[in-house]
Formats: sequence, structure tokens, C-alpha cells
Amino acid sequence: MNGIPITHILFVSTALFFIGMYGLFTRRNLISLLMSVELILNSVNINFVAFNKYLYPGKMDGVFFTIFIITVAAAEAAVGIAIVINLYRSHQSIDVEDAATMKY
Amino acid sequence: MMNVFFILLKQELVLAVILFLLLMIKLGSKERSNTSTLTLVQVLLLVNLAAGFIMPATGSLFGGMFVTDALIVLEKNILNLGLLVVSMMAWPWLLRHKHVTEFYLLLLSATLGMFFMLSSHNLLMFYLGLEMFTIPLAALANFDLDRKTSGEAAMKMIISSAFSSGLLLFGISLLYGATGTLQYGELSQLLHITPLVLFGFVLVMAGFGFKISAVPFHLWTADVYEGAPVAVTAYLSVLSKGAVLFVLVPVLYKVFAVLAIPAGHAVFILAVATMIIGNLFALRQQNIKRFLAFSSIAQVGFILAGLSGQADTGGTAVIYFVLVYLFSNLGAFGVVALVSACSGKEAVDDYKGFYRTNPALSWVLALSLFSLAGIPPLAGFFGKFFLLLAAAGKGNYTLVIVAALNMVVALYYYLRIVRAMFMEDNAAPIARIRIGPAPGLALVICVAGMLVTGLLSGAYEYIYRLVTAQAPL
Repeated sequence: MNGIPITHILFVSTALFFIGMYGLFTRRNLISLLMSVELILNSVNINFVAFNKYLYPGKMDGVFFTIFIITVAAAEAAVGIAIVINLYRSHQSIDVEDAATMKY
Repeated sequence: MMNVFFILLKQELVLAVILFLLLMIKLGSKERSNTSTLTLVQVLLLVNLAAGFIMPATGSLFGGMFVTDALIVLEKNILNLGLLVVSMMAWPWLLRHKHVTEFYLLLLSATLGMFFMLSSHNLLMFYLGLEMFTIPLAALANFDLDRKTSGEAAMKMIISSAFSSGLLLFGISLLYGATGTLQYGELSQLLHITPLVLFGFVLVMAGFGFKISAVPFHLWTADVYEGAPVAVTAYLSVLSKGAVLFVLVPVLYKVFAVLAIPAGHAVFILAVATMIIGNLFALRQQNIKRFLAFSSIAQVGFILAGLSGQADTGGTAVIYFVLVYLFSNLGAFGVVALVSACSGKEAVDDYKGFYRTNPALSWVLALSLFSLAGIPPLAGFFGKFFLLLAAAGKGNYTLVIVAALNMVVALYYYLRIVRAMFMEDNAAPIARIRIGPAPGLALVICVAGMLVTGLLSGAYEYIYRLVTAQAPL
């Protein structure tokens, strides 16, 4: 474990963050959008755990934060999917292009 | 020890008790009519508002994560008042709705989240409070279940709020990496201007920008405001924005005190862009909710201009303006909510000839719009005056000039609505609306607030004393 420097881990987490952001801007399927958001949140989790383990091993703040992020992300996904289901009922589609009656 | 716990957490506990009471009522087997549920809720919310004024206390709980003092109690009281007004405004709409209790469960848990966010003294607590109020709000935006636009609004809201909290969290994780702490007090001492901290700061500001809909991050605002039910729109535009602004004041001035210069640049850019874009888009709107959405974006631009000032005058001006803005915007939304619930009409053109059929409502809407535009005897003028005074106090004259020019543009589109109501004829104007006691009382509170908070301006000095008396982090 000590063989891996923190920069490698931060590189992975930052890459994950921007992959999530890219997915959010390019995908058209609502479920893919929710998955992209999860990628962003998980990159934050990796960040917190890495900082906690490498830089501040005496404190637990980062690990606690990660646990809360996972919990809140579950709540967010639950509400998000409920909204998507309702959208499917009214629009018969979960493509964001089809839900565009309000613009500009 | 236990007493201290109950006194400090008083406002949160009262809300939580009301929440559980409503949950029990919902679970109970007895069928209640909507009228009786609504009456009960209004009484409970009135008790909640009154309880906020009893025994204000200063102190901290949970290892310094939760802090309360006189200013935070005042901010929570302002939010409680807004909650009561929104709930009274929603009466005619909720009367015919199937899920009244659920509406209040979501609304109250969102408010509870705001209270925890306001009292937070730790980034973890702040994040939890923020999520606790945004997630129920997304569900609330979907509350007109069979309307297509409502579902679309909720979808846009949940995606953009999830994305913005992702940005905010990434920023927080970088700040944690740079300092190793999440407590505000320690953060303010350990932060230095390094590239890592600056990147974290920019991401945190982006997260805040989404919540207050400052301009590069405003794209969700108009769609969500248009699609959501009017009561939810009013709540979003006043309370959720106000709560985030209340938190932004100490975070910007105290936690990021070291970053005053980059923060000043960030606020300058956001303020100029928000004022100009908000005003330009408000000019061409045909739907009144969408129009009010862009007008509220422009108002945030003025608030950001005030935030560029010194900590004491800037903070006071922002808190005072949110109070004034609450009355003005809720007054406008109150009339729009009544019209929307009774006739279903939401276009600006439908308001032509409104004065012929509904003189009282036209006057309330006109006063609210004048107050939003900043016409002197009304409170909105004093709110804007103090905001610009705060900006000028630090020598940000460019910002003051841009704001002054924007106010002229704003006056045009606010007066356009007033002209439509009073001067233009309409073959089929909105029929005469019977104002019930609850929405009527809400409108009276708003008009009284607009007239009183401006002229009896002990309010500003009172807030100024509380801001300057606040203990350092």
C-alpha cells in the first residue's frame, strides 16, 4: 500500500470526476445522468479517504464524511428515480430531449 | 445540560415535533377533510413562528458542529415567517389536492434542513443541511403529479442540484486535503492562498452559485420555476435562496477571510453577469412565473453586489434585503398563486384589464413589483440602497454603476406588467376572484411588511447590531 503515492490516487479521483461531468453533459438518458452523478460523488469519496489516510491519519473526519456522502447519495438516487418514473408515466420516455416543453 | 440542549435546539425541535404530529395524523385511520388539515397546519405554523421568539440563546452543541446566536435565531424567524406566508398562500391550491399532509411533510423537512444549515459550524453539517433541504424540494416541484411540466421541472431540478452538490463536495474535499479540518474556525486559520485552495474555493462558490442561481449557473431556475406549482416556486425563490444567502455571508466573510481578494473578483464577475443576463432575459418573458424567475435572478445580482462590500455593512445589507425581498416577492407570488389556482392562467397577457375585475389584487401585485423595482416609499428601495451603499463603501464604483443602470432596465419590465393590469383592455379578463381568509391574510402581511420595514427602519440598525455583535469563528 505504501508503494502507491497519493498523486496516483488523486489522479484517479480527478479523472473520475471529469468523466462524470462529461457524462452529465453528453448523455441523453436520465438513468445515465444519475449514474454520472454517482461517479462524481464517488470521486469525492476517493478524495476524502485518500487525504485522510495519507495526510491526516490521526483524524477521522474524511472517513465520516464519506459515510455521509454515500447515505445522502442513496437518498438522492431514490428521489431521482421516483421522479424519472413519474416522468416516464407522463412522457412515455426517459430521454431528456423529449422533456423539453419549457425553454429559454 | 439537558436544558441547554433543548433551548439551543428549540426551533429545530418545534419543527420536528410538528413533522411527527403530521406524520401520525397521516398514518391514523381517521379521514380528515382538507380544510381541517389545512387549518390545523396553519395554527401549528403560527405556534412555530411564535416559539421562535421565546428565549433566544447563544451556544454550541455536538462538539461545536451546531452553533446558534441572536443573529441565527433572527434568520430562522425570518424563514419561519416566510414558511407561514407560503403555506397560507397555498391554501386555495391545496384545497383540491389529494396529498395535503405529504406536501407539508416535505415542506417542513426542507425547512428543518435549512435550520441545520444555518446553524452549521462545520462543513459536514453544512452539507447535510443543504441536502436535507434540496432533496425534498425536488420532490415538491413534482407535486402536480398529472401535469407534464411539473415532472419536467422536478427532473431538471434533481439533476442540476445533484450536479451542484457534486461540485461543492469536490471543492470541500480539496479544502479538507489542504487543511485537514472541517470546522469553520480552524479552516479560517489554516487556509492560505495556494492553487489547491483556490480551486477548492472556486468549486465551492460554483456550488453556492447553483443554489442562489447566480448567472453561469442559473439555467435550471426559469424552467423549474415555471413548471413547479406556484407555492413551491414561491418557496424556492424566497426561502431556499434566502437560506443559502444567509449561510454565504459568514462563509464568504469569515471562513474565506484569507481569500478576500480572489473572493472579491469572483463576486464581482458573478454580480455583473447575473444582473445583466437576468434583466435581459426578463425583458422577453411571456409567462408570469418565468418572468418572476428571471427577475429573482436579477435580484440575486444586486445582492451579490452588496456582498462585495465590507463584512459588517455588506452582511447587514444582504440579510436586510432578504427580509425585504421576502415580503415583495411573496406578495407578487401570492397574487400569481391565487390567479393560477382560480383560473389556471399564467401568461402576462392574461393580466390585461386585471384592474377592472380585481382592483385589490392588482394593487397588491403593483406594490410588490414597485418594491422589487425599488421605488422610494417601499421597502425594496431601502434594501437596494443599503446594498449599493455597502458596495460603494469598499470603493466598488464600477459595480454600483452597473447596478444603477440595471435598475433602469428593471423598471421597464416591472412597469410593463403594471401597465398591462391598469391601462390595457382585454376582451376576456380574468374573472373576479374571491380571496379567502388565509391568502388574504398572507397578502396583508406582505403589504404591511413592504410598507413598514422600509419606513420604520430600526430593522436595519437592529440587524447591524446583531451582525457586529456576532462572536468570531
